[in-house]
Amino acid sequence: MIVRMAALTVSALHKRYGTSHALKGVDLEVGDGELVGLLGPNGAGKSTLVKIACGLVSPTAGTATIEGELGYLAELFRFPDWASADEVLTLHQELAHSAGGPGERARLLDLVGLDGEAGRRVGTMSKGMQQRLGLAQAMVGSPRLLLLDEPTSALDPAGRRTVRALLEHLRADGVSVLLNSHLLSEVELVCDRVAIIAKGELVMAGTPAALSTAGGVEVDTASGTRAWPDATREDAPRIVAELVAAGESVYGVRVLRSSLEDAYLAAVGDE
Amino acid sequence: MKVLARFAIQEALRRRVFTVVAVLTAGFLALYALGVWQAFKIVDDLGSGFNGVDPKVVVGSTMFGLALFGTLFLGVVLAVFLTLGTIRGDAERGLLQPLLVRPITRREVLLSRLFAAGGVSGAYVLAVYLLAMLITGAIGGWWPGDPVRPALALMLGVVVMTALSLAGSVLLASTANGIAVFMAFGTGLTAGLLGVIGNALNSGPLTTAADVVAYALPFEALYQTALGYLTSGTTGFTRFALQLGPLGGAREAGPGLWLWALAYLGLVTAGALAAFKRADL
Repeated sequence: MIVRMAALTVSALHKRYGTSHALKGVDLEVGDGELVGLLGPNGAGKSTLVKIACGLVSPTAGTATIEGELGYLAELFRFPDWASADEVLTLHQELAHSAGGPGERARLLDLVGLDGEAGRRVGTMSKGMQQRLGLAQAMVGSPRLLLLDEPTSALDPAGRRTVRALLEHLRADGVSVLLNSHLLSEVELVCDRVAIIAKGELVMAGTPAALSTAGGVEVDTASGTRAWPDATREDAPRIVAELVAAGESVYGVRVLRSSLEDAYLAAVGDE
Repeated sequence: MKVLARFAIQEALRRRVFTVVAVLTAGFLALYALGVWQAFKIVDDLGSGFNGVDPKVVVGSTMFGLALFGTLFLGVVLAVFLTLGTIRGDAERGLLQPLLVRPITRREVLLSRLFAAGGVSGAYVLAVYLLAMLITGAIGGWWPGDPVRPALALMLGVVVMTALSLAGSVLLASTANGIAVFMAFGTGLTAGLLGVIGNALNSGPLTTAADVVAYALPFEALYQTALGYLTSGTTGFTRFALQLGPLGGAREAGPGLWLWALAYLGLVTAGALAAFKRADL
């Protein structure tokens, strides 16, 4: 069996800007075909980490190693407004030495919902369309790792759904993704693993399910909704049985779990 | 590297930079033609009453010297506007980052922009130089004794300014870089004027100061050299008459200036590459 190295390995990464310490020894790994969400408040160091991984920023100490080809969508990016979508992708194909040709360009535009817009100039596109084009650009050359910095910040709900479907598609193709996003619900829906950064340090990491904790059991009865805050999923049958035995009519049972948002807020405090 | 250079030129074409430049250059050359026609007409009307002075040489070289100044100025404007926001400006607008994560080095990005902008500006200067020379020769019948070296000096001068502007774009935002480069250009031209005055007054300190600045900003030394080549064949009263005009600061530099200008170009480019390599984007 061939064991492939992690697509991204970040080890003891430090970055100082003058007296400000943006990253304080972060370790992170994005495995083969893994979709990792990077969360944290503004100024936590997420974009710095991504930029170091891309080679746009040099680390003060530590390393960020990428295995294979890289695709990147910056948080703040722009394409020349005079160029068409097709010209932008052609340029990136040439720079990435991609032999995909017109077929790859058409497929990528279709994937991001810009089919039929190949000839459209960037200057006439909405922010959302430009972000979709940015995603298509990041996927030129079929990279092994995608670093996406806030890829849905300019998208409407339909656009976000397109991106979620796209991420699922990438996962199915074995592409590794590091997704830097403020949208916890989005991360929770699509990511295999979540890493939370606060004040330049990795404060929490794990699967969304592991990060969320038991939040009790609620039961709808004839006398109203009753709650057992400390109960878990395993306690639910016993609670229902006791209620029925006591003559209560049970209309519904809910096993509650804390959300990723609760875990996030617990990890980053008041930031 | 070829891909990015081609894209940079494509951008200039699509943004109609070359159209604007062509229209304004046509205006400049039309004005120049009018000036040459009038200057030679006045000289012809005055007849041959210039003891020992060849009026055709004085008028031709003076007018063409002014054309060289205009050509250098237009070439520098083109070079600066093509490069003033190349690195930091493009990084601030988010245009640079998507390119830099591709398998292309920062060295290749910078050099491709230098070759594109330097090539375009150099070719532009050569074209305007040749057209101005044709206008002067066709209207006034005067041709420079050495038409090749002035053109090369102007082209190298503009490429030096392109490199300075590109290097500035690594360290400064677009507006600050544009101001800095044009002020450096103005400083060089002022030094040239000081040289003219120093030459007329036979003032050692003034000509020394002008020489120092001209070599610190070698586009000026190259420009003065280009002027020098125009008048290199003149002697006697004709040369004396030329020294009193705008060609008074002209000099014929030896191979040292060419070597220095090329070394300067290399040093500025190496400095820009070193700064760009370390820059956080």
